[in-house]
Amino acid sequence: MAAHLSSRQARHELALLSLAGTVVFFGLWQGVAVSGLVSNYVLPSPVEVITAGLAMLVEPFAGNTLQGHVLASLGRWAAGFALAAALGIPLGLGMGHWRVLDAIVSPVFEAYRYIAPLAWVPFAALWFGTGIGGPIMVIFTGAFAPCLVNAYRGARQVERHLTEAARTLGAGGARVLLEVLLPGALPSVISGLRVAAGLGWQSLIGAELIVVSSGIGYVLVQGQSNLAPEIVMAAMLAVGLTGLLIDVALRATESRIKRRWGQPA
Amino acid sequence: MRTRALIGGATFCVLFLSWYAATDLFQLIDRHRFPSPTDVLVAALQIINRGYAGGTLITQCLYSLRLVVLGFFFAVLTGVPLGIAMGLSRRFEAFINPAFLLIRPIPPLAWIPLAIVWLGLGDSAKILVIWFAAFVPAVINAYSGIRNIDPTLIAAARVHGASSQVVVRDVLIPGALPMIFTGLRLSLQASWTTLVAAELVGALFGIGRVLIIAYRDIYPAMIAVGMISVAVLGALTTKVLSIVEERVIRWRHT
Repeated sequence: MAAHLSSRQARHELALLSLAGTVVFFGLWQGVAVSGLVSNYVLPSPVEVITAGLAMLVEPFAGNTLQGHVLASLGRWAAGFALAAALGIPLGLGMGHWRVLDAIVSPVFEAYRYIAPLAWVPFAALWFGTGIGGPIMVIFTGAFAPCLVNAYRGARQVERHLTEAARTLGAGGARVLLEVLLPGALPSVISGLRVAAGLGWQSLIGAELIVVSSGIGYVLVQGQSNLAPEIVMAAMLAVGLTGLLIDVALRATESRIKRRWGQPA
Repeated sequence: MRTRALIGGATFCVLFLSWYAATDLFQLIDRHRFPSPTDVLVAALQIINRGYAGGTLITQCLYSLRLVVLGFFFAVLTGVPLGIAMGLSRRFEAFINPAFLLIRPIPPLAWIPLAIVWLGLGDSAKILVIWFAAFVPAVINAYSGIRNIDPTLIAAARVHGASSQVVVRDVLIPGALPMIFTGLRLSLQASWTTLVAAELVGALFGIGRVLIIAYRDIYPAMIAVGMISVAVLGALTTKVLSIVEERVIRWRHT
């Protein structure tokens, strides 16, 4: 099967099918939307969605332009993500190396993991407000777990004799962590960061839906309460696109780092 | 292993005692921001006996649980077959992929406002959103489960005279099952996250409703009770799923 599909003709056929799939998808959507079978308040056509999105680029909606909202969200996201990485990675590396630390933190961490990140929204808002602190805490709770888990796994893969050699040569705990465990665990750490970035972004959208009154999630809510599904959908596209860009950027970093440091099979 | 368990237990004891000391005993932390153990106990008894935000703990939990189970089942019933079909046929994959690639990067939570516009605040909107959340991991993992099967296994089955149908039924699908269950675990997690978010945004009942009402009432102890309930429900459903997994994939352990 794979043999004849790898031929040029077959690839051609697959590309055509992809094109057909795209056309059918948008054609159906546009067709249903303009046919009047469903109300415009339910399903706007793809054209209307794109127009609404473009209009928001120039005309402010809910207090800001579309790119302004996206940037506001991105700023929060970056802060929460950086915090999660700064705490999660060292803790994970340390747990991978020192058994005692592992035994102390693991049970608490396992309990913490069962709490859905969005369930932290009320406490986050209560403790840190709904401006900057609260959303950052929600992003943190979403992104922390993958940072820690992947750093932990990566550190477990670092061969024991390497850390022992470093110790014998007189390296202290901090140096072992920074100069042996971190480079050794780096490929795994980066994969974790990618997962964390996605989860953090998603958690932020949730927080903005619930309590925050700026950012792209807020556009979604405002579109909803204005009964403007085309704005909701345009904002959804913006959310998806931003998430995709974050992922692409991290993927590029990942493959660069993996090429440089090698991936232990 | 036993010392590990001991250390773990000791950690919980120390955490609990310092929590108790900081709140009930010495009142170092403001109770209106951080509940004490007795506050949480009182809140728990209140919601268990008299109810809060429109129902007792057990009704609220069952309400949320029912929505997650329904949404999750719909997602499994649609997502896994779609993923398997995409894994089996490159043509079908090529046809579906553009639409799937467009939908995939949109976080499930971003569907909540649209679901409310479409279906209001009731159950069907929640089920729709959970379905979206659980659908994507179910598809992706079923797909990669099929694609990652060692081609020599397929060739071996074919050499022994297995028809395409038999290969699918006896080689591809069983081979993909471990991966499919990995996907289902992710789906389940996503279902809970999404449900909590959807109920926080707007709901008539459920644990998320308890959380948001407690937040508006500035009742941190009840927030804690809600969070604990979500965690327990999540842990229980995950446990049930892993029991099912063990039953379905017996050969892996025997």
